[in-house]
Amino acid sequence: MKFLRDKIDQIKKPFGKGEKFEKFAPAINALDTFLYVPNHTTHKGAHIRDAVDLKRTMITVILALVPALIFGMYNAGLQHFSQIEGSDMTFMPLFLFGLWKILPMIIVSYGVGLAIEFVFAIYRGHEVNEGYLVTGLLIPMIMPIDLPLWMLALSVVFAVVIGKEAFGGTGMNILNPALVARAFAFFAYPTFMSGDKVWVADATTVDGISGETILGKLAAGKEVGYNTMDMFGGYIPGSVAETSTLWILVGAAILIITGVASWRIIVSGFIGAAIMALGFEAWGANALMSFGLNHLVVGGLAFGVVFMATDPVSGAQTNTGKLIYGFLIGVFGILIRVFNPAYPEGIMLAILLLNVFAPTIDHYVIQSNVNRRKKRANVNQLKTA
Amino acid sequence: MAEKNSIKSLLVDPLDDNNPITVQVLGICSALAITVQLKPAIVMALSVMVVTGFSNLIVSLMRNLIPNRIRIIVQLVVVAALVILVDQVLKAYAYDVSKELSVFVGLIITNCIVMGRLEAFALANPPGKSFVDGIGNGLGYGLILILVAFFRELLGSGKLLGIEVLGHKGATLADSTGLYAHGYENNGLMLLSPMALIVVGLIIWAQRARNRKLIEN
Repeated sequence: MKFLRDKIDQIKKPFGKGEKFEKFAPAINALDTFLYVPNHTTHKGAHIRDAVDLKRTMITVILALVPALIFGMYNAGLQHFSQIEGSDMTFMPLFLFGLWKILPMIIVSYGVGLAIEFVFAIYRGHEVNEGYLVTGLLIPMIMPIDLPLWMLALSVVFAVVIGKEAFGGTGMNILNPALVARAFAFFAYPTFMSGDKVWVADATTVDGISGETILGKLAAGKEVGYNTMDMFGGYIPGSVAETSTLWILVGAAILIITGVASWRIIVSGFIGAAIMALGFEAWGANALMSFGLNHLVVGGLAFGVVFMATDPVSGAQTNTGKLIYGFLIGVFGILIRVFNPAYPEGIMLAILLLNVFAPTIDHYVIQSNVNRRKKRANVNQLKTA
Repeated sequence: MAEKNSIKSLLVDPLDDNNPITVQVLGICSALAITVQLKPAIVMALSVMVVTGFSNLIVSLMRNLIPNRIRIIVQLVVVAALVILVDQVLKAYAYDVSKELSVFVGLIITNCIVMGRLEAFALANPPGKSFVDGIGNGLGYGLILILVAFFRELLGSGKLLGIEVLGHKGATLADSTGLYAHGYENNGLMLLSPMALIVVGLIIWAQRARNRKLIEN
């Protein structure tokens, strides 16, 4: 390991203070801190005696995403080959097919996003933040598998520049950048983000292959054709890694146990969606309404609530606020799904909407706390003091 | 803005340093509504320029006669008369575009730039300078309008002034020419109004990155 350390120090030399490439120091420091714990100490304020920093938080989220991602790769192969007669249906070929399809998306997402982050870091003279490590993996996971790579790249550019850097970079963004990327692609290239030809690999080029999302089928009034266990396990067409509620819940467990994500948002999100789904089932005016609790295991609800809504930057900060925020995401998500079949993925829009309202929710939670305590305090005594 | 009242600065300042849209943030609504295509945007820019120029001139001529308490009504009458004139001219000579612009020509009356310049400049300055100020602000408004419309039409529908500059998009890849033959797609978001706001935002960003004195704290 000492060899690696020496090597990095040697590379870093021309980037040091007063040296030739000082301007580009953030770029090389990012590589260094990616490999080693940075050698600085806190100078003032709270001294947390733990190694938990942004980097460890982000790595935990990545680990939590891996089960869903691996299943997504397998599912990509499954959806593709199950429609071709006489295919080898064992795990490895299916997984490798998905890997071959999804890996370029991940590389493009990281490549483009990190390039922009580095440029902004050098231009603004601050260190490269780790925030993009998670965003960069989330973006390909919530896109249709056949989305052209240049559209993915453009969505990443939009998300990082307009969704994040325009507001001041990591930690300052109002909206979840990964969802900004998806919303951009959704409104800019609707034909590539919905319909029955985009969710299964190669559906546009190979005849006879197609696959609609469950919600798309319901909105079009077709038979669903999957049972609840299939949907829970994720053996259905959909965006790359959002289909399997099972493996997303495994990720959720990792996030909750390590304390990275708020269980309040996740639990209240599912409760909100469940209440809404049951309410609409009682009404039952169309297929989307009478779908009932199945709403909880299809589409991006689980993925959105577990990985998107819990984003600590764009979500609510207070404990009560988190409960309200999560609950409303569930409620609005199902509401948009049921009442606006043109937007089958209501969760995306619901989370973006609540991202905008999160500071307002926090404000009122804090204000009500202030008022409660004011009432408790003896005002007369304070006056004489 | 050193020489505030020289004829040249009256004409040039609104293009950059004192742009009505990006610096004064006036007249945003019409920038959203009619910038999907370049042609209506150009016609709109010309119309607004005529209205700001001549309303500034007329109000400036009358500035010593208008009682202060009813000045807004008098200004409105002048602006409304000019807008109706522009509308009629468009209907007579450019009927297609006038239909496309529909209600937005009439809504020039409510364009904050017109009233803003009347209140801020024409009421206190002689007619010659007022006229130049009006034309300058109309130009500054039109510049941004045309810039936004350029990007929205180019990226949103792949055309400029209705000409397919990026090639023709056929039903299949084989039928397409130009960029479309390589799988390029028009960006549907560009046709939606929020994107106009984002493009204006990007222009403001670029302008302030270049022109640092505009950055307010």
